[in-house]
Amino acid sequence: MHKQEYTLGVRRGLPVGLGYFSVSFGFGAMAVAKGLTVAQATVISASNLTSAGQFAGLTAIVEHSGLGMLILTQLIINSRYALMSLALSQRMGQEIGLLPRLLIAFFNTDEVFALAMAREHSLTAPFLYGLGLLPIVGWVSGTLLGALAGSVLPGSVRTALGVMLYGMFIAIVIPPAKKEKAVAVTALLGLAFSSLFAWVPALAKAPKGTPIVICTVAAAAICAWLFPVKEEGQ
Amino acid sequence: MNIYISIAAMALTTYLVRMLPLTVFRKPIKSRFVRSFLHYVPYACLAAMTFPAILQDTASTLSGVAALAVAVVLAYRNQSLIVVALASSGAAFLAERLLGLPF
Repeated sequence: MHKQEYTLGVRRGLPVGLGYFSVSFGFGAMAVAKGLTVAQATVISASNLTSAGQFAGLTAIVEHSGLGMLILTQLIINSRYALMSLALSQRMGQEIGLLPRLLIAFFNTDEVFALAMAREHSLTAPFLYGLGLLPIVGWVSGTLLGALAGSVLPGSVRTALGVMLYGMFIAIVIPPAKKEKAVAVTALLGLAFSSLFAWVPALAKAPKGTPIVICTVAAAAICAWLFPVKEEGQ
Repeated sequence: MNIYISIAAMALTTYLVRMLPLTVFRKPIKSRFVRSFLHYVPYACLAAMTFPAILQDTASTLSGVAALAVAVVLAYRNQSLIVVALASSGAAFLAERLLGLPF
């Protein structure tokens, strides 16, 4: 029974694992392009397991924004996981104890969360462990190989590989933005604010790391006020 | 500052954000504003992190524009993540070769 649940989880996690492999390859290449070692890039992926948070963290580290700013950035950018963990927690019920929850929390990424919530039966700990396995393996091995490739390939190829990550971010944002006007407005506000920080001389002097926090909070707050999400159950 | 201390701080913060609602704070969020805010955060930060950084990380602004345009068009046509990522990266590389930038 346990083994079956685990195997089913592993099978469901396979496509996500493959996707993570390719995306984290871009992260690894970008991390070495920005001056990190292969080991540092891989340790970031193995310990964080999140794309946007890692990318913002990488930027904060190479810009020397300081520890406080780094933590604040992670809190803001990863705040959505609190919502996912809350929803997952409700879905788990009382069957799953504290220890499995402590483990599952580590790999509750956007995609693992979506797969877990889509499960037709009630959730079990072995199913969730299985679900997390290949995404973790894919994310860490992709980063390692991307970082290795980035450190041996010429600079021009490294730059191009680093662009993969931006391509992925665009591919995440555009499809929901087509469907939901509020998402499109959020994204446009986010990029408009970040452009101000990049191109308006007075704002370009903002302390390192603050723009991403301000842009994220401002765009998300304006849209939360303009377009509140539907009440639960509606 | 040691880079591994930064990495540990990042990892711990991310873990706590995921772990506490699974173990300690298990009540649904009542505020509609907070739930809406959390719903929009990923799109706000991904867009802000991508633009204008994609223009600045490439060797020339023009190759960044090529990467951006290719990614937007393909993503708009619902191409998969990996196709968009590879094509965008390929566009930046080709544009830099066409511009005669050093390999």
